[in-house]
Amino acid sequence: MIRTLLLRRFPVAIALALALGLTACNPPAAAPAGQTGAQTIKIVSSLPRTGSSKGQTDTIVNSIKMALDEVNNKVGNFTIQYEDLDDATAAKGSWDAGKEAENANRAINDAQVVAYIGTFNSGAAKVSIPILCKANLVMVSPANTYPGLTKNVPGVEQGEPNTYYPGCKHNYTRVVPADDLQGAAAANWAKKLGAQKVYVLDDTQLYGHGIATVFTDTAKKIGLNVLGGPEGIDDKAADYRALAEKIRGTSPDLVYFGGITQANAGKLWQDIKAVMPQVKMMGPDGILEKAFIDAAGPAAEGTYITFGGLGPSKLTGKGADWYKAYKAKFNSEPEAYAAYGYDAAKAVLNALQRAGSADRGAIRDAVFATKDFDGALGKWSFDSNGDTSLTRMSGRQVKSGAFDEDNAEILSTQ
Amino acid sequence: MWHEQLAQILLIGITNGLLIALVALGYTLVYGIIELINFAHGDVFMIGTMVSLTIVTSVPAMMGIAQPETLTPPLLGLLLLGTLLVAMVVCALLNAFIERVAYRRLRHAPRVAPLISAIGVSFILINAGLHWKGASQVYFPDLLPNVDILRDVVGIQTPVRFALKDLFVIAIAVPLAFGLTQFIQRTRLGKAMRATAQDREAASMMGIDINTTIMLTFLLGGALAGAAGLMYGLYNNTAWFFQGFRSGLYAFTAAVMGGIGNVQGALLGGLLIGILGAVSDRLIDPRWTQAVVFGLLILILVFRPSGLLGDEAPPRS
Repeated sequence: MIRTLLLRRFPVAIALALALGLTACNPPAAAPAGQTGAQTIKIVSSLPRTGSSKGQTDTIVNSIKMALDEVNNKVGNFTIQYEDLDDATAAKGSWDAGKEAENANRAINDAQVVAYIGTFNSGAAKVSIPILCKANLVMVSPANTYPGLTKNVPGVEQGEPNTYYPGCKHNYTRVVPADDLQGAAAANWAKKLGAQKVYVLDDTQLYGHGIATVFTDTAKKIGLNVLGGPEGIDDKAADYRALAEKIRGTSPDLVYFGGITQANAGKLWQDIKAVMPQVKMMGPDGILEKAFIDAAGPAAEGTYITFGGLGPSKLTGKGADWYKAYKAKFNSEPEAYAAYGYDAAKAVLNALQRAGSADRGAIRDAVFATKDFDGALGKWSFDSNGDTSLTRMSGRQVKSGAFDEDNAEILSTQ
Repeated sequence: MWHEQLAQILLIGITNGLLIALVALGYTLVYGIIELINFAHGDVFMIGTMVSLTIVTSVPAMMGIAQPETLTPPLLGLLLLGTLLVAMVVCALLNAFIERVAYRRLRHAPRVAPLISAIGVSFILINAGLHWKGASQVYFPDLLPNVDILRDVVGIQTPVRFALKDLFVIAIAVPLAFGLTQFIQRTRLGKAMRATAQDREAASMMGIDINTTIMLTFLLGGALAGAAGLMYGLYNNTAWFFQGFRSGLYAFTAAVMGGIGNVQGALLGGLLIGILGAVSDRLIDPRWTQAVVFGLLILILVFRPSGLLGDEAPPRS
């Protein structure tokens, strides 16, 4: 009896669970009719708007809206509409490949869409770049840092980045420096902090594993002893006690985690700190958000975090103006990537002006031709890969439950 | 050195395993009596953690204490006891309510019907948790005193850590499981449960109220899930709307491994999964742990289709 029941029920249940999990999707909204007079075009963004990334992406979306408000939603003869798409699902609590593909397809099938601001997570960009590329739709990411999306450097997978642009012209740009710089800066910082033996973990995602690999390679090159890793963690595990025990057995003085908050970084921090209260913990920009401190609790204290740029409050020139305007307008503190959202939107508007047409190919070429753009992040250009000319890296610690931007330091990538 | 490492890994495995076992008991109880895999059980457990989290943070806040960690030991004990009671009662009522609404009418329907409604309830609870506490892991206050028993209390110099937290899990889970076995085997109600499991019709002819008995089984399972929910929060210091899915899957596996419907089997299965998971995390790679655990499940089912203790003394044979 029991056997037949099990055989009958187990697969059915699993299949049902999968089917229910996969079928949640939204029908695309009908495109509103074009307004008379000026031609209406659309800019969309695709960011994780559900889940704990929301705190971060709220401030990015605010900044995009700010950039549009500044020009009154008009560039030349065009009236610009903005659509804020979500590439996360509630069930996952973070970005979802199916949702991202849906957003990309929705964008290319809406003839009014001329630019795609996104994605936030590098793994999501991997999904949407090829879809948008074939339609000549330009992408400007405010936050992707995985190197293989634009260039072939040590540590990226074979065939990257060409696999993302199958027979189409490069359409992808980003306003944030890539992780070949950030991972190297982190390793150099670890050495400067006096670490000699490091243990490397990652969340097995494109971004997390990528930056952990760069960190490991650089660490070995500059003479640090890499005790283990990059080793992937199970991001849905209830605890990491056995893993922490394993790490303690190798007695490192610094543990590096390449990954995002949503990969259970908070619990990982708690379990490692419980058995090794003295160990230094370091992570990349993926945990540079308030959600990380909330999840880790007291274990977050003292964590070292790198970031490709400066914190919002430390920006100068136009960046400082933007910071002041942001605070005045939204009455809240922008998170780390808000300024990048602002510059991404500004770069798109600037390219629209120069292209002077709603032709997707022309706008893509205009975005790639961005030179010496004077934005909130400083003066920057896109190179032929779509990478920014900015290379500044900074590091800060968590102090008293907040990111200590006042004492953030500029890091060396050499 | 290696034996200390081994002892540590076993300890981690045993405590994790006992937590899994507590959830597994709920699956096994319900399966034993109505042969339904109550997929919502893992999520009732999640709600237990959320209820506990709400109480341990909001009650001290109402008393004007921002950090529940700073409460004096007697007050803290009282708070935890109260939380345990509330979590158990809420989860028991929730589980009984689920039975009344989603399963009772389907008791005579084809087997797959209540299974689907169980999955539906599971999704409803997951979304309720998501709406309630948000999508990310939430920090659960570290309320148990941080005492290292072997070193600070017993005075043995050893790198093996055995904290009050670990003892707490063992001290609650083992008596609960033992008490449950005794309850099923010795009390009149336990007898009624076993009778209902064996033959519902005959039991009702003997004057057993089937609906009440089944309802009580759900109440009992829910109360266990509530207790497990609080313990999970106190032990792991984290709460997540999706925790019930993974814990539920492991607990269900534990129940099947030990022989579903069998209380000792659930305990054994939970311990086995906990220890195996810890060993795999330590020796192989955390990414392979699930493959190892479910690989063992397949092996056990191939050689002993009714589970490890499946044939011995289930409430239903």
